[in-house]
Formats: sequence, structure tokens, C-alpha cells
Amino acid sequence: MNAPAAAGDIELHDTGNAPRLCVSGQWTLPHYGALAARAGALRARIGAAAASLDFSALTALDTAGARLLCELIGTERLKGHLAHARLAPSQRELLEAVATALAAPPAPPRRRYRFGDVLVQIGKATIAFRDHTVGLLGFIGLILDGLARTACRPRRWRVTATVASLEHAGFDAVPIVALLTFLVGAVVAFLGATVLASFGATIYTVSLVSYSFLREFGVLLAAILVAGRTASAFAAQIGSMRVNEEIEALRVLGLNPVELLVLPRILAMMLALPILAFIAAASGIAGGIAVCALKLDISPGMFLSVLGNDIGARHFLIGLGKAPVFAFLIGAIGCLEGFRVGGSAQSVGEHTTSAVVQSIFTVIVVDAVAALFCMEMGW
Amino acid sequence: MSAARTTDAVIEVRGLRNQFGAQIVHDGLDLTVRRGEVLAIVGGSGTGKSVLLRTIVGLNRPAAGQVRLFGQDLHALPAGERVALERRIGVLFQQGALFSSLTVAENVALPLIEHARLAPAQAAQLAALKIALAGLPPEAGNKLPAELSGGMVKRAALARALALDPDILFLDEPTAGLDPIGAAAFDHLILTLRDALGLTVFLVTHDLDTLYTIADRIAVLADRRVLVNDTLAAVAAADDAWIREYFHGPRGRAAMAAARAPS
Repeated sequence: MNAPAAAGDIELHDTGNAPRLCVSGQWTLPHYGALAARAGALRARIGAAAASLDFSALTALDTAGARLLCELIGTERLKGHLAHARLAPSQRELLEAVATALAAPPAPPRRRYRFGDVLVQIGKATIAFRDHTVGLLGFIGLILDGLARTACRPRRWRVTATVASLEHAGFDAVPIVALLTFLVGAVVAFLGATVLASFGATIYTVSLVSYSFLREFGVLLAAILVAGRTASAFAAQIGSMRVNEEIEALRVLGLNPVELLVLPRILAMMLALPILAFIAAASGIAGGIAVCALKLDISPGMFLSVLGNDIGARHFLIGLGKAPVFAFLIGAIGCLEGFRVGGSAQSVGEHTTSAVVQSIFTVIVVDAVAALFCMEMGW
Repeated sequence: MSAARTTDAVIEVRGLRNQFGAQIVHDGLDLTVRRGEVLAIVGGSGTGKSVLLRTIVGLNRPAAGQVRLFGQDLHALPAGERVALERRIGVLFQQGALFSSLTVAENVALPLIEHARLAPAQAAQLAALKIALAGLPPEAGNKLPAELSGGMVKRAALARALALDPDILFLDEPTAGLDPIGAAAFDHLILTLRDALGLTVFLVTHDLDTLYTIADRIAVLADRRVLVNDTLAAVAAADDAWIREYFHGPRGRAAMAAARAPS
């Protein structure tokens, strides 16, 4: 089995008027480089000469060697010679099969990168963004339509599905939301204390923490965490149903996928996010209280009395009022990306990532617009 | 079994036992595959046809028993020799298992670049040849697996399985999911390649037409072992309820009639 590992060889004997091509040794894949070099050196000398072929010293041949021989001698000429060459039947068949396969025209070369392709790419991305936005608006319309249709028909409310989503999107998210906002609350208190200490106004740390968490950070942090946890889950769940053709099965059964799959998830999100935003604001303030008590000698009692006297309830209401809007957008984007999955597992991954990126982007943009609006309105 | 036959065996399975938890898939399974033959494995769903294939190619470590490829036990070899042995087998997985981020040509060229240490240009030349041998048009080489039809995926996967000129080709349900014309063409392709490249083919299939067209011998899996391992005529005549149902049921009779008609 282990024949000597010497590469094969090919020689042109043009003694007299009958030139002969002698193919010898091992024409196999391990020697491909050496054989290719040998064949390349001989190519110019062979030309169109009608040499006869001598395979008597050929010890091993595989498709790689056969390819080189076909290329060197030419598929047509080789086929002509094969009929009366002295060869093992299996090697003759191999050469014939390779010659036939190589006779097909070569593939057109792949298109290479050209200057200006980047502009095309930018154009395509812009159009894709526009189509995406239009698609999202259309999908939001579908959801609102579905909500309106089912609102006054309690028999079509999917209570079990909604509660299951509520548990996953809301209840299961409580620990991580509470812990992270507690830590951010502590960090904000530290920053405030460091800056305000130079003015001797450390007591305003209380206002800083309370104001920022009630109005912005509570709902924003909760929304970002939910976007990461739940929008991706929605996209993956609906996306894998698409890969499995389950969505198509629902349609064929005359069931509405938006009503069955999207509405329960959106409703669960709109219930869960305000609760999570409240928990986030509370634990952020708790983080602030902890830092104030340990570092600034502001007792929890004093913190809470400043909070009660100086910070109006409207800040809390503005913060919490944004939560259902964010929840709706996150849920809609997550579900829509699920429906956009194209049928392969790779596509599920791409759209899950896209759902997270889009929903975080949208939440931050909407929050910034809302902040500007509230400022102009003097709320 | 004569001495000449034993030396010709490229795959020998002795006393194989495969077990997943409490579920025993194979127990005391013996099988021999001879050089140059097309051996088809048939059996009902869940009899462990694919598990047997995975065990022989070394993807699954048997609970007991021995699997010898070319007379060597894959699991007992040091890593370097094991890789050398693995280069002599090619596997066509049921779903093709093409690498989805690479084009067809890159899929075929990958083992050539990694194992045969060819320059990319040389590997591309050889990849184009394998793609042509597998019966794909040249422009298919530039396509991604997602852009191919089911039949083309099988052919592209076959081209990759043939990349290193293997001695044994393992096929897991090669014609499943193909239309009858595509399946017949694929059967013919396997036979052509077997004759031209001197392959030994280990075939797992449900397709009765494939059995009648290309199989030299058939091994029937049932009751956790190989029930019969013989030529088609001998297996079809075997005295077993399942085999009778399989070969002499309505589909079996139709396939048999179709196979006899041309001859």
C-alpha cells in the first residue's frame, strides 16, 4: 500500500520519426505540485506533435494526476489515444471520465471588487433602511388592526400565551434589571458626589439620582435590557417557526399569525415593561441611597424626605409613561425580524442580532425625541 | 468465508454495540464491506443505519466491539495516523453539510488546501474538476450553498467528499428528497464514479430503485444487528417478515419490475 513516495514523471522521446510520451511513476495528489511543474516545463515542447503515449511505467493514477495529463496532452488528443494505449481498464476509465468532465467550458471568473462598489453598497443600504422603516410602520399598522379586531371579542384573547410571555419577558427579567440599575444608581451617586463636593453641595446628589432615575434612566435601562433579552427571544422564536414552515402552516389553516403570535407578545411586553421600569427606578434610587448613606453621611431618612419634598410626581409619570411606547416598539421589532427570517438557521441568527440592534437604536432615538419635547413643553 | 475475501475487506465491524442511555441501538453487530463493491444498508426507521455510518467513520465511539477501516481501529490510532486514515474516506451527509459561508468551489478546495497542501490556484483547478465530475455546471462553483437546489446540494457535497480521492465513499440517503429523474441521474453518477475512481461505496438508503440499480450487496439492519448481508436476490428471498414486506410489498414489486424491464 505504501509505495515509494517518488513523484511521477513524463518524458518526450523524439528519436526518429515517431515521438513518444512516456508517463511513469506515481501521478497522485501528494505529488501534485512537482507534477504540475514537470508538466509545465514540457508543455512548450509537446506542441501539436502527434506523439504516441506510453503508460507502461505508470504505477498510480488518481483524479489529480489525470487532470494534469488531460491538461498537458489536451482532452481531445488524449481521448483519441486512449483507445489503443496500454493501460489498466480502471485507469483508462478514470482518464476518460476526467477528460469528459474537463471538456466542459470553464466557469466564468468570479466578479472582483471594483472601485465605486462602495457607492453601490451605500445606495443599497439606504434603500434597505427605507424599506425597513416602511415595513415596520406597516407591521405596526397590522398589529393595531389586530388589536382593534380582537379587543371587543374576549373569546379570541390568548390569555395563556400572554401570561407565558409575561413571565418570560417580565418576571424572569426582574433580578437582572434590579441588580444592574442598583449598580448604575450607585455609580451616578458617586459621580454626583465627586462633582458636587467641590461646591459643598453634596445634598444635591439626592436630586441628581432621583431626578435622573425617575425620569430617564429607570425606563431607559429597563427598555435596553428588555430589548436585549426579549426582542432577541421573540425574533428567534418566530424565526425558527418560519424555518420550520410553521407560519405558513398557520396561514393555510386559516389562522392569523399576527393574532396568534404577535398580539400576546406585544401585550405581555406592554404590561411587563412599566413594571420593570418602576422596579428599575426604585432600585436605582436604592443604589443612590446606599452610596449616600455610606459615603456622604446622608441618612436614608434624609434622602427620602428630600426626595418627597423636592421631586415632583410628574417626573415619575413622564418616565413611566414612556414605558408602554418603548415596549410596543421593542415587541414589534422583535416579532417583525422573526417574520423576516429567510429559511436557514444562519438567517435566524442574523435577524436575532438585527432585532436587538434595531430595538435599542429605536428606544434611544424615541427617548431623545421625548426628552426634547418635554423640555420644550416645560414639563 | 474464504481467506481471499477477508483480506479484501476494507471495513470490518465485529460485535459492535451502540447505546444511548438505556436505549440499545446495535448489539453484537457484524458487517464486512469488500473492496470495490457497493454495499447498501437498509432497515426500518430507527434501526440505527445512520448511527452505524457515524460509528464506522469515527464520529461516534462504540460502547463495545471493534470497527476496522483498512484493517486499523480508528479509535486506537494516534491522532496523526488517524487523520491519514480519515483522508481515505469521503462522507456525503444526508443534508449535504456544505459549509454555508463558502462557495461550492471553496467547499471542495478546502480539504485540498488543508490536507494536500496545494496552492489555492491549484486547489481551485482540482475543485473545478471534481465539480465537473459530480455533474454540476461550471458556474455552480461560484454559488453559495443557499443558492443551490436540493439535487445540486447533493452533487456539490459529493464533489467535496471526492476531493481527496478517497478509497471509500459513505453516502447517507443520497437520493432522499430528489425527484425521480434527479435520483436516477445520481444513481448513475455513483456507478460511473465507482467504476472510474475504483471506489468502495457504503450506502444508507430507503430508495428501492437505488437498491435495484446500484447495490452489489445489501445488508438488512433489524433487531439491533445485521439480519442478512448478501446479494439482492438472496436477501429478497430471505425468510423474514420485515424483509418480505420490504421487497415484496407494492413498492418493492414496482421497483423490481422497473429494474427487470430494461434487461
